[in-house]
Parts: sequence; C-alpha cells; structure tokens
Amino acid sequence: MSAAPASLAWFARHELTLAWREFTAMMTAGRRARGIGLAIFLVVVAALLHLMAFGLVAPWVSHGIVPDKATLVLLSGSGLLFWTVMLSQALESVTRVYYARSDLDLILSSPASSRRLFAIRTGAVALSTMALTGLLASPLVNMLAIVDGPQWLAAYGVVVALGALSTAIALAITIALFRLVGPKRTRLIAQIVAGIVGAGFVIGIQAAAILHYGNMNRFALFQSADIVAAAPDIGSLLWLPARAAMGDGMASAIMLAIGLGALALAIGVSASSYGRLAISAAGLNHVSSQRRPSPRAFRAASQRQVLRLKEWRLLQRDPWLLSQTLMQMLYLAPPALLLWMNFGHDAGAFVVVVPVLVMASGQLAGGLAWLAISGEDAHDLVVTAPVSPRIVLIAKIEAVLVVIAAVLAPLLALMAISSPRMALVTAICAALSAGSATAIQLWFRVVAKRSMFRRRQVASRAATLSEAFASIMWAGTGALLAAGSWLAMGPAVVAILVVGLARLISPRRR
Amino acid sequence: MTIPALAIAGLAKSFDRPVVADFDLTIRAGEFYALLGPNGAGKTTILRMVAGLLQPDAGSISIFGVDARRDPVAAKRVTAWVSDEPMVYDRLTPLEYLEFVAGLWQIDARTAEAKANELIDWLGLGPHANELCGGFSKGMLQKVALAGALVHEPQLIILDEPLTGLDAGSARQVKDVLLGKVREGVTVIMTTHILEVAERMAERIGVINQGKLIAEGTLAELRTRIGKESSLEDIFLDLVADAA
Repeated sequence: MSAAPASLAWFARHELTLAWREFTAMMTAGRRARGIGLAIFLVVVAALLHLMAFGLVAPWVSHGIVPDKATLVLLSGSGLLFWTVMLSQALESVTRVYYARSDLDLILSSPASSRRLFAIRTGAVALSTMALTGLLASPLVNMLAIVDGPQWLAAYGVVVALGALSTAIALAITIALFRLVGPKRTRLIAQIVAGIVGAGFVIGIQAAAILHYGNMNRFALFQSADIVAAAPDIGSLLWLPARAAMGDGMASAIMLAIGLGALALAIGVSASSYGRLAISAAGLNHVSSQRRPSPRAFRAASQRQVLRLKEWRLLQRDPWLLSQTLMQMLYLAPPALLLWMNFGHDAGAFVVVVPVLVMASGQLAGGLAWLAISGEDAHDLVVTAPVSPRIVLIAKIEAVLVVIAAVLAPLLALMAISSPRMALVTAICAALSAGSATAIQLWFRVVAKRSMFRRRQVASRAATLSEAFASIMWAGTGALLAAGSWLAMGPAVVAILVVGLARLISPRRR
Repeated sequence: MTIPALAIAGLAKSFDRPVVADFDLTIRAGEFYALLGPNGAGKTTILRMVAGLLQPDAGSISIFGVDARRDPVAAKRVTAWVSDEPMVYDRLTPLEYLEFVAGLWQIDARTAEAKANELIDWLGLGPHANELCGGFSKGMLQKVALAGALVHEPQLIILDEPLTGLDAGSARQVKDVLLGKVREGVTVIMTTHILEVAERMAERIGVINQGKLIAEGTLAELRTRIGKESSLEDIFLDLVADAA
C-alpha cells in the first residue's frame, strides 16, 4: 500500500530511496563486482576489529566485571569519548539539513509541509549518528556479549539514546547559532564547534594524561585511583548510561526515554522555524561578501608565483578547510604538550611525538593536495592559459608543501632545541609522508569543484586507503627511528611499496 | 595571402560514438563567426578541441598560423575561451581574478591593472570590484569571466553559448563588447542556440549536424542555398532536416 502524498511515511520513503541510491552509488560506483569486493573487505575488517576487541575485553572479563566505581568510571569515560564523536557528527549533519540545497527549493516551493520534511530529515540524522557509533562500538559490545553475557547487548540501547540526545543537542545549538550570529555565520561556527567537540574531549583527556602520567594513553586517566576516588558515589545518576550499557533494565528505559524524548521535543520546537531558516540560508547564495577595497597594485609575478598565490588565497578563504585545519592543529596540541613537558629531560617522549607529527603532515597534505590539484573551480581557464600543465602542477604542489612546512616549522624548531637529531628525523619522515600523500592525490586527480571536497574520500577509496596507509607507515618509520631501531626499515619499505602500488593502480598510469 | 585566424582540417573525435568526423573550417582574421547546430551536433566538442580542452583523435588546428596541437602554449597566448558555465573562483574578487588571469598570460602588471579597471568599468562591475564572486548572479559571473577573457587582449575569442542564463541587459552588454572587439580586429567564433543573435551579429554562419559541417556562408548565401527568403530559424530547421 502506498503512503498518502506529502505524508510523513511518503517523505520517509522518498528520503530512504534517495539515501539508498546514493549509498550504493558511492560504494559500488555502479559496478556490481566492486560491491562484492567491498563487502568481502568489510567482512575481513569487521573480523579483525572483533579480534582486536577480544584482546581488549578478554583480560578484563577474566578478572570478573562488577559494577563498582572503577568499572563505572572506565565505562563512562569510554562512552563519553564515543558520545563526543556522536555529537560532532550530529552537529555537522544537522547543519546540512538547513544548508544543503539539492531538492529543498522544490519542496519548500511546494504546498507540502516543511515540518514533516524536517522531522524526517532530522530523524535520518539521528539514525545515521546511531548507526555510525553503533558500528564503531560493535566489536567491543559484541565481544563483551559473547565473552561475558548477552546483557551487554543493552549497550546498543544506550547508543540509540545517546544518538537521539546528540541530535537534539545539535539542533538546539544550530537554532541558537541562527538566532545569535545569523544564517551567514552559523554554518562555519557550527563546523568549528563540531570539530572542537569531536577532537576537544579526546585531546583534553590526552592532555590530562600527559600532565599527570607523562603519556598519551587516554584510558590511563579513567583507570587512575585519583579519578576513581574523586568520582561521585556509586548511586549517582551520572552512572546511568554505564549501568544501562551493563544491562540494567530500568537504567536503559530511563536513558531511552531521555534521549528519544529530547529528540521529539527538539523536533517539535524547531520544526515551525525550519522553512524560514532554510530559506534564509538559501538566500546567502545571493548575498555579496564585501571585502575591504585593496589599494594594492597588481604585482609582477611568474606564472608559478601567480598560481601559488591563488591557491593560498583560496585556502585561506575556505571556511570548511579552516575548521578542518583547526582540528588537525588541535590534534597536534597533545604531542606539543608532551614535548614541552619532557623538554630537556626525556628523549622517550619523541617516540610518541614524532609519529603524530608525521601522520598529521600526511593527512593535512592529502586534503590540501586534493583541494589544490583536483578541486580547481576554473579548470577550463587554467587549461586554456598559455602555461604548461607541468608548471601548473609544480606550482600547486609547491603551494601545498609550503603550507605544511609553515604548520610544522614551529614544532620542529622547538624539537630542534631539545634534540636536533629528532627534529631531522621528524622533518624527513613528515616530508616523505606529505610527499606520498601529495603524489597519490596527483596520480588520482580528477576534475572537480572545491565544494566536492567532502566526497573526495568516497570518490576514490584506493587513493584514500593508500594515502592513509602510507602516512601510518611513515609514522611507524618515524617512531622506530626516534627509538633508534633499525626496524624502521620495515615500515619505510612498506610505505614505498604502498606508494608504488598506488602509482600502478592509479588512473594516470592506466 | 593572409593567415586565417583559425584553420581546422580533418578534425575527428569519438567518445563512445563518433562526435566529430572529418571537420574542416576556416575563419578569417577579424571575422565574427557563428557555429550553429542542434543539441549533440558536436559544436562544444569542436570548440573545446580548438581551445585545447580536448585532444582530437585526428586532424589539424591552426591558430594564426600556429599549429595548436604541436605548440599549444603559443596558440593559447592569443586565444581566450568563454563557456556557458563561468570559470570564476567564488572566493576571489573580480580584481583578484583579473590579476590572476593576467599573471597566467604574463601581461605586464601595470598594463594589466589599467586594462582590468577599464574592463570592470566597461562591464558595469565597478561597485562589485572588491566583493567575492561567490555572491554574484549568473550574469555578473559571466561578465567577470568575459573580463578575464579580454584582459590579455586575445586575437581569437572562442565562446560556447555565452548568453545562456543572462538577462536582456547583461546579454546586450556582452553582445556590445563582442561587436566592439570585432571592430578592433579581433576574431570571434561563437556557438549559440539563440538564432536571432547569430542572425544579427555574425558575418558568416556555419551549421553542423552529427559532427559535420552541412552548410556555411553569410545569411544571404544560406538563403540562396535553400532557395527562399526566410528567417535564420527556418533556414536552420530546413538544413538540419535535409541533413537528417
């Protein structure tokens, strides 16, 4: 039986059809064989993650899990880590409900109820948030259920409750931002808040662990006697999520009631303003952004200089990139703190700091290289200009590498004061990591708009995986070199092989 | 004998089927040439090959005597490409955009700045010269793109449906700019679906269908060919129907 047009069920079916088709297109790119290969890959990855989870869970279960304060602190702390990721993702997705255009103009100009569409789209955000966190947590939950008992499956209920609560909070933040700063700035600020929420808690925990224990293991903090002693009493409501995850039926029911109730309330309160706010967000396309008149005269420059300057200007004015870079910089804060704490005392800290910097260089270079090389909004202009494609590529690569160097330079300088050898190791490995990521983006380059940046990872999974894997291997090389081990040759050889393999399978080669 | 602005011989391009086959065309310097054809006739493919945006499968393209396939950089120095989708950066201002284009064509900075300001005023973009292009209307973006095409003083301007989506005022401004350039001796080749524009502006008109030139000449010559006094629209429909 088909649903009545423009009803909740009808909108839900429409959204589901679109989401499913987009998902299958992203995953398979229209090729059945690719879908089968991906399914096999996912099964293998899931099996590996479950195996790793077993390694974590088994020793804990062997000692017997009792709902004492230490267990509740560990569970709540770990759950909080998952929840900040959920809140970050929900905030990012809720902003898209207001700002993504696609079919919104059509629907808002129709007599259909925008409230129903809003309810469905917000519900979809909550579902996707729950699904992602559920997937991330599933190896641990499933292994706990297998090894310790099925009561742990109640943790999925907590995921549902926290997903709903995150979406409700994300909605409240978005509406508050619309009121406080207006539609023009809401998206950027929401993205920055999402980035800080996603990274901030993890980084804060790491910073606390470094200050107290001198290492970056965030779980060390949750297991410390001081924290357990300072935590509220066992009967506190703060432990409700942890109790629910451990199979306490009443706690689960309360959690679900709070989460789903908050979501229903948030949708009910925000739905009436959705049409108005979405239209005000749409109006931004027609608002000019006045810059200060530049008295600066045109400067004589070579073609390479002109291309580099253009890339830097565009990177500097890209708000999404700014929020992402801010997040990358936040991730660099803990190693910088560790470096500062151990300044002149302990060379062991470098084993932790070097790989983080190397990994961050690779990741940042990959994103920037995509924007500079593939994300060319005026592709035709650059191609029809009297400049050889080689010069264009060289200029764009230079633009990317200079930015990476500028970000890393202060940290390398700090490192060099303490240990020039470690600074050199970091600089070499970071250059190799950034170079590998840039080369992979070069070989897998496509003609795309910068606005497609978010989808770059699904456009070529081979490029994304090889870029990440090469960065990890260079980070491993850096860590082992920092430890003074010749085993560093191992990950270095693997990194070279990964880059070579990427070159072989790249479209440019084929 | 004067060197033609554009000489195409035996041009061919196939994707999953042949799109352009054995295509010949010669355009004199200082001429305004309109290339017409139904959807999918191969007009854009031909112009993209001339502009260096597509690699031909076969044939030659000569721009003011320069073999564009052998020495594309030299050919590009004297050409400009304007498509229906303005090639403009959202996060640059019109002045910054023109500075970038002038830099790509290695125009002297002072000359480029004077020319850029002149074009900005000429196209009515003065009040928006320091605004980011992201908030501009389609017409304004197309004017910025056109300014970019003119800032390096090209000898051959290639335009693919430049009037698509423009309002009457913007379209008139773009047409006036192009006619002014032709009067200065610049060669213009343009595709358009607005036959009235071709009828009023072009000195010669070429009609293509299925990648082949099926008729060419002035409006009077085309009328003579089909043997009746008709509008360009009637002539075009007759020619395409005959070719099919």
